[in-house]
Amino acid sequence: MSHPVMPEPDAGTLARRGEIVAAMRRIVPDGTIDGAVGMKPYESDGLTAYRTVPLVVVLPETVEQVAAVLAWCHAHDVKVVPRGAGTSLSGGALPLADGVLMSMMRFNRVKRVDFENRVAVVEPGVTNLGITRAVEHEGFYYAPDPSSQIACSIGGNVAENSGGVHCLKYGLTTNNVLGVEMVLMTGEVLRIGGAHLDAPGYDLLALIVGSEGLLGVVTEVTVRILRAPETARAVLVAFDSAEAAGLTVADVIAAGIIPGGMEMMDKPAINAAEDFVRVGYPRDAEALLIVELDGPPVEVDHLLARVEAIARGRGATDCRVSTSDAERMAFWAGRKAAFPAVGRISPDYYCMDGTIPRRELPTVLARMRELSVKHGLRVANVFHAGDGNLHPLILYDANAPGELEAAEALGADILRLCVEVGGVLTGEHGVGIEKRDLMPAMFTETDLAHQIRVKCAFDEKHLLNPGKVFPELHRCAELGRMHVSGGRLPFPDIPRF
Amino acid sequence: MERPVTDEDVRAVVADAAASGTPIAPRGHGTRAGLGRPVEHRPLDLSAVTGIVAYEPAELVLTARAGTPLAEIAVAVDAAGQELAFEPPLAGLAHGEAGAGTVGGLVATALSGPRRIRAGALRDHVLGVTAVSGRGEIFRAGGKVVKNVTGYDLSKGLAGSFGTLAVLTEVTLKVMPKAETAATVLLAGLSDARAVAAMTAAMGAPVDVSAASHLPAPAAARLGFPAAVTLLRLEGVAPSVEERAGRLAGLLKPFGTAERLGSAETARIFAALRDGALFADNRDHPLWRVSVAPTAGPAIAAAVPDAATVVYDWSGGLVLLAVDPAAPDAHAARVRAAVAAAGGGHATLLRGAPDLRLRVPPFEPQPAALAALARRLKAEFDPAGILNPGRMDF
Ligand SMILES: Cc1cc2nc3c(=O)[nH]c(=O)nc-3n(C[C@H](O)[C@H](O)[C@H](O)COP(=O)(O)OP(=O)(O)OC[C@H]3O[C@@H](n4cnc5c(N)ncnc54)[C@H](O)[C@@H]3O)c2cc1C
Ligand SMILES: Cc1cc2nc3c(=O)[nH]c(=O)nc-3n(C[C@H](O)[C@H](O)[C@H](O)COP(=O)(O)OP(=O)(O)OC[C@H]3O[C@@H](n4cnc5c(N)ncnc54)[C@H](O)[C@@H]3O)c2cc1C
Repeated sequence: MSHPVMPEPDAGTLARRGEIVAAMRRIVPDGTIDGAVGMKPYESDGLTAYRTVPLVVVLPETVEQVAAVLAWCHAHDVKVVPRGAGTSLSGGALPLADGVLMSMMRFNRVKRVDFENRVAVVEPGVTNLGITRAVEHEGFYYAPDPSSQIACSIGGNVAENSGGVHCLKYGLTTNNVLGVEMVLMTGEVLRIGGAHLDAPGYDLLALIVGSEGLLGVVTEVTVRILRAPETARAVLVAFDSAEAAGLTVADVIAAGIIPGGMEMMDKPAINAAEDFVRVGYPRDAEALLIVELDGPPVEVDHLLARVEAIARGRGATDCRVSTSDAERMAFWAGRKAAFPAVGRISPDYYCMDGTIPRRELPTVLARMRELSVKHGLRVANVFHAGDGNLHPLILYDANAPGELEAAEALGADILRLCVEVGGVLTGEHGVGIEKRDLMPAMFTETDLAHQIRVKCAFDEKHLLNPGKVFPELHRCAELGRMHVSGGRLPFPDIPRF
Repeated sequence: MERPVTDEDVRAVVADAAASGTPIAPRGHGTRAGLGRPVEHRPLDLSAVTGIVAYEPAELVLTARAGTPLAEIAVAVDAAGQELAFEPPLAGLAHGEAGAGTVGGLVATALSGPRRIRAGALRDHVLGVTAVSGRGEIFRAGGKVVKNVTGYDLSKGLAGSFGTLAVLTEVTLKVMPKAETAATVLLAGLSDARAVAAMTAAMGAPVDVSAASHLPAPAAARLGFPAAVTLLRLEGVAPSVEERAGRLAGLLKPFGTAERLGSAETARIFAALRDGALFADNRDHPLWRVSVAPTAGPAIAAAVPDAATVVYDWSGGLVLLAVDPAAPDAHAARVRAAVAAAGGGHATLLRGAPDLRLRVPPFEPQPAALAALARRLKAEFDPAGILNPGRMDF
C-alpha cells in the first residue's frame, strides 16, 4: 500500500512513551487510552487506506484539561493531533506514531441557543445535525450540510470548512461561524468573535476556519442559525450531453436564480444509483441535473417554472417537477445514495474533490475520460454543479495488485487538471495528507511560505498536526530569516520545498 | 517608482522600503484616510494598478486589479444584473468625494452594509488575492472559483487588515445576482427596545428579510419621516416580495400597523443607510460603529444619552452613534464599557479628528493574548514593520 511520507517518528519521543502516557493520565485520569485494542478505532479516519497507531489517545472533558495537555506537550516537544468524529476524507485526523491523539468527542453539549439573536453556542463534539436537532422545534436550522452531517462534529467542520448541497446559497462553514473559543499549542485560551456579526482586529476566524487542526484546538463554536425555508421543490432534468446540462446551470445563474441545491450526475453514476435505489432515473441520459428551490411557495413555484423553461430551451430530454415532498425525496434518493451505489459496482472507490470554473465542465469531463483510459480505471461523476465542485469516484479493486496506486495516480491527475483549467485542489474535503504533495501544483513556494507563516504565528514549534496540508514544514526561524542586502528580496538562497 | 502598475513594480517598492526600513502607506484613492489611527508614512499609490481582469457573470466571479475604481466595477456588474451583495457602505461618511474609492481599499477596510445580515460580510465575498507582503514577496492565496478550501484562507484573512500585512494588487470577489424588486415594511413610532424586538421577530420568521434597520425620531426626520421608523426590507422576484410583505405585516401586528414602501423608496432609504448619509452633515461629530448581539443594541445607545444621531442596523446588532464633539474622549469609555456589559462585541471610532484618533484607540482594544497573536502575525508578514505601522495598533 502506498502511503504519503509522514515525518519520521522521533525516536526520543517514542522512548518517552511511558512518561507521556503518565502525564496524560495525570491530566485526564478517566480519559486516557494507551492499550492497542482501545486505540484501534483511532488508527485512521474516513481515508481508510492510511493507518497509524497513535502514541496515546486522550479524551479531555474540560477546557482546562485541553489547555493542560497542550501546555504539557508544548513544554515537552510532543506532537498533538486533534480529532473530531474521524470522518475526514483527506486524512486530516490520521494519528502520528509519535504524537498524542486528542479526541474532542466528549465536548458534546449544546451550551446555549439564543433564538432572538439567531445563534447557538455549542461544544466542538456536537454533530452537525445535532445543532439543527437542537433548534428545529422553533423552525430554525444550521445551514451547512455535509453529507456526513449525522456523524461529523462541528469542530471538524470548522477545521475543514465543510459544506454541502446548500453551499451555493447558504455558504460554507466559514460563512456561518461567528466565533470560537480555542486553545493554542502553548495552552493559551483565546476567544475570537461571538454573538455579534463582525469581530475586531485581524480576521483570525478566517484563518482558523479551514485550518485543518494545525492552528489550535477548538473548544467552543458560536454558529449562526437560520429560520428554515417553508418549502422546497425540485426538478429532475435529463440531457443527452454533459455540455447541455452545464449550459443549463450557467443559464439558471445568469438568470439571477440561486437554487438551494443544484447537483449533476453522469451516466455511470446515474446507472449505479438507479441499480441501487430504483427511483426511475432515465438510464439513457448522459447527464442528470437536480435543481432544488427553497423559500415561500409562491417564489418556489415561480422560479421552478423559469428553471424548467431554461432546461427545455437547452434541449432537456426529460424534465420532471416534483409535486409532493415524497417525489422530491425520491429525486434526491439516487443522488444521496450515489456513493454507496458506486460501492456496489466496484470493490473499492476513491472519492476525489476538486473545483473548476463551471464553463470548463465539458473540457474537464472529456479529459477525465482520456485519463480514465490511460490509467485503466473507470470514473463515475457526481458533483455540486452550482459551484463547480466535482466528486469524481474512481473505481478500483484494492486486492488487484497496483490498482490502488493507479487510482491514486489518476486522482492526482484529475486534481492537477482542475488546477490547470483555473480551479482548485479541494472544494470541501480539505488537503490533509491526501492532497498535501499536490499543493505545489496550485501554489508557488512563496505562496506556501506565506501560509506557513500563519502556522508560525500560531504554533511556532509545529507541534499541532504536523505533516498535514504542507508538503514540508520549514522551521519558523529559517523561514523568518530576512537577508536584506541592496534592497533585493526575496532571497533565492533560502532553501525551501 | 511613484505609481507602480505591475505586481513587480509594487514588489520593488515594498522591497526597497523593507531594505531601508522606511514605513509606507498603501493607498487607493485615500477616501478612507480618516479611518483608524492617523499615520503619515510615505504613500504607496496604487491608483494606477487598475483594470477588471476577468468577469464572468455565470461563474459569479470578478477579478480586478486592486486600484480599480469601485465606480467602474459597479457599472460592470450592474450591466450584468449583478452586484456586490454585501452592500459596501460609506459614500458619505466624511471619508472622501463621491464616486471615489478603489476595490483594494474596499477589501483592506472590509466594511459591509445593511444586507450583511442575510448575504454576509465583505470577507465572505473575497475568494482570492494576489498581494505583496512586507517581505517584498508576491504571493497568491485563495482561488478564482466560488468553492475552495485549499490551504489557509489568507484572502479573507487580509480583509480588514488596512494594508498592515500586505499590499493587495489583485482581488477576486464573488458577485451575486441583483434582486428583481424590493419593498420595505415600515413600522412607525416604536421605542428602540420595541423596534429591536420587532426586528428580531421578523428575522426569525420565514420571510427572508434582507435588511432590518431602525431610525429613532431624529434620524428618521433626516429622511423625511415624522416619527421613528423601523424598516424591514424584502427582496426577490415580484410575486414573492408581494406575498412576504403581506405576511410580515400580519406577523408584526403586535407592534403596530405596518406601511408598505415600494422599490424606488426602498432603494432611496437603503442607499442612504448604506452610505451613511444620515451622518454626512455633522462631520465634526465623532462617529462610533458598534457591533453587538442584536438585542444588546438599545443598551449601547442608552449609554450615550446625549448622542446627536443614532441609527440601528443589522436588526439591532450594528449601532451607529454620532456623539457631541465636546465630549472629552468622544464617550469612548462609556461606549466600550457598554459593549463589555452587553456580553461582547466591538466599538470602532469610524470618524473623528486626527488628534482624537491619537488619544482614543479607534479599534476596540483586544485582550492581551489576542493582541499578541495579531502582533506575531504582523511580524511574520511584515518583519521590518514597514507596512502602515501604527494604523491598527500593530
Ligand atoms: C460519507 C461521507 C460524506 C462526506 N460528505 C462531506 C460533504 O458533503 N462535505 C464536506 O465538506 N465534507 C464531507 N465529508 C468529510 C468530513 O465529514 C468533513 O470533513 C467533516 O468536517 C469532518 O469532521 P470530523 O468531526 O469527522 O473531523 P475529523 O475527521 O475527526 O477531523 C478532521 C480535521 O479536523 C481537525 N479537528 C477536528 N476537531 C477539531 C477541533 N475541535 N479543533 C481543532 N481541529 C479539529 C482534525 O485535526 C482534522 O484535521 C464526508 C465524509 C464522509 C465519510
Ligand atoms: C458603488 C460604490 C460607490 C462608492 N462611493 C464612495 C464614495 O463616493 N466615497 C467614499 O468615501 N466611499 C465610497 N464607496 C465606499 C468605498 O468602498 C471605499 O471608500 C473605498 O473602497 C476605499 O478605497 P480607497 O482606495 O479610497 O481607500 P484608501 O483610503 O486609499 O485606503 C484605505 C485603507 O486601505 C489600505 N489600502 C488601500 N489600498 C490597498 C491595497 N491595494 N492593499 C492593501 N491595503 C490597501 C490603506 O492603506 C488604508 O489603510 C463606494 C462604494 C461603492 C461600491
